[in-house]
Amino acid sequence: MIEARSLCKRFHDKKRGEIRAVDNVSFRCEPGKIYGLLGANGAGKTTTLRMLATILEPTDGTALVCGYDVVEQPEKVRANVGFLSTATALYPRLTAQEMVEYFGRLNGLDEATLKKRIDDIFTRLDMNEFRDRRCDKLSTGMKQKTSIARTLVHDPPVMIFDEPTTGLDVMTARTIISFISDCRSQGKTVIFSTHIMSEVERLCDNIGIIHDGKLLAEGTLTQLRDNYREHNLEEIIVKVVGPRFANSEV
Amino acid sequence: MNLNAVGIVYRKELTEWLRDRRTLISTVLVPLLMFPILISGMISVSSILLGNAKKEIPKVMIIEGDDSPEVLKALHDIKDLQFVPYAENWRDQITDKEIRAAVRIPKGFQASLQNENSQTVEIYYYEGEIKSEFGAEHVEKSLTEYKDKIVADRLKAKDLSASVLSPFEIKKENTAPPEKVSGAGVGSFIGYMVIILSMTGAMYPAIDLTAGEKERGTMETILSSPVSRLELVLGKFLLVLSASLTTAILSVISMGSSFYFLGHSQAVASSGDHGLQMNLGWISILAVFLMALPLSVLFSAVLMTVALFAKTYKEAQSYLTPMTFVVVIPAIASVMPGVELSPKLALIPILNTSLVCKEIITGTYHWHSILVIFASTCVYAAAAIFLAVKMFQRESVLFRS
Repeated sequence: MIEARSLCKRFHDKKRGEIRAVDNVSFRCEPGKIYGLLGANGAGKTTTLRMLATILEPTDGTALVCGYDVVEQPEKVRANVGFLSTATALYPRLTAQEMVEYFGRLNGLDEATLKKRIDDIFTRLDMNEFRDRRCDKLSTGMKQKTSIARTLVHDPPVMIFDEPTTGLDVMTARTIISFISDCRSQGKTVIFSTHIMSEVERLCDNIGIIHDGKLLAEGTLTQLRDNYREHNLEEIIVKVVGPRFANSEV
Repeated sequence: MNLNAVGIVYRKELTEWLRDRRTLISTVLVPLLMFPILISGMISVSSILLGNAKKEIPKVMIIEGDDSPEVLKALHDIKDLQFVPYAENWRDQITDKEIRAAVRIPKGFQASLQNENSQTVEIYYYEGEIKSEFGAEHVEKSLTEYKDKIVADRLKAKDLSASVLSPFEIKKENTAPPEKVSGAGVGSFIGYMVIILSMTGAMYPAIDLTAGEKERGTMETILSSPVSRLELVLGKFLLVLSASLTTAILSVISMGSSFYFLGHSQAVASSGDHGLQMNLGWISILAVFLMALPLSVLFSAVLMTVALFAKTYKEAQSYLTPMTFVVVIPAIASVMPGVELSPKLALIPILNTSLVCKEIITGTYHWHSILVIFASTCVYAAAAIFLAVKMFQRESVLFRS
């Protein structure tokens, strides 16, 4: 389970002064559910997800991930999280198998368990053909599968995806979407951010709309449609964030 | 801290490092090949130049001396010289390398000899030009033999023994151990090279493991794993240190072997140049490494910390290149003649290690200074590691935009 409690992140910029990238954001995501975080570029989605993955530390507030506090027990949180984004690249000089093994070992798996899990994941994701190929020689789809294997190797109960399909071709994006859907079926807690409305409509049990660091609206797709009297998700977002949104990109 | 996690990070970094041609070239190939190529190149060029100089029969001009046929005959008896007729522009001819030397026999030289008056014979040559120096040497040797013959004749005529001119002999004998003699020559150079190369060896891995990771996008990947920042930075640091020490060790092995083979090579034996031979003890070499170890730690931690600020490989290179001067300047200062280890200098990093290495190589162990230098460098190194760990924990450094 994920529970964000008044999460805040402030940065200091020489020109712009203090920037509130995330401002008092609270939400809950239950096991077996997918929570979609929507917002324009710079809305605070990535910063929120990075705080949940303990890559960044909150300035104020906190979050509980599987019962562990992101501020007090970041290592325990990371051991229970699989984090995937377009920014999480692979080590070019390692093979696909070495890459996954590395993260398995860092997650404390013993060699026998690690081998079993890798064999299982590589077969499931149809990766055996390129398991000994260096990551810098892999195609985009192969790289994405390797990244998925890397996040799955320790079988984390929580998955965090930050715009996982951005810049990917249709087939690779479908693999990712299918993988996210599988995570829900396996009872994992899933949170992900995206720009693509069809992905949200297809996957998300709950949706949070974030803008200027603030969580402005939250609910199921049906609840949002009812509350804002709009069927189209894009129109709902425009109504939520108001005129400021007109100049932003979803 | 989980040491197993540090080991896992280190092993992974080592695997990647061994597969990176760029860092392997700078860490392994350059130090291994630099000295043999440099030294064999120097030897080949110098032996070719020496051989050519020896093959040539120098042309020498005699100025005046028409009234001194005996000395002229003594000069003409030299087989290795070719005498050319006198010309007014003899100075220009030496400069233009048309002739190699000229010898001026003063007027009335032979008459002065008979009257036992002393006069000066002048030899003109072009200093720094090896063929000209050879020519002048031949002339000087011949004139010295002629002079010795006259002295011997005079002593004989007066029925005096040759010992009149040499009432006693002077003999100099070296009491310094061989390593001190050879160490004085190459000692400072070895310390200097170990310091410089331990820094250059650390440079590329330090960039690759920090700014390189940021640029490739793998920093965020590793930060999402359960490994702590401390374990991560220590694993990376150990790899940079390994690279630094590997470069230093390989360069000393390469340098030592090159000097060893040089000392035993036919080329040197024939040229009689034994000044380049090295006779260093393994204990001295090990002591130098021991002293260089905390310095390598210092370099590795500082280079990593600085490179971490950069967003790209190129940016990190532009930060670290000026740092080379920070290392080169004190290292060069230590090999300057007259710069000796003092209590104040013993606290200046790099310079202190370079100076103490110079002493160690010559077999001098000032234990108090060694202890102060080792301890102070360890303190600097520990501070640098602490700083590197702190920087790895700063989001503004890791995610600088």
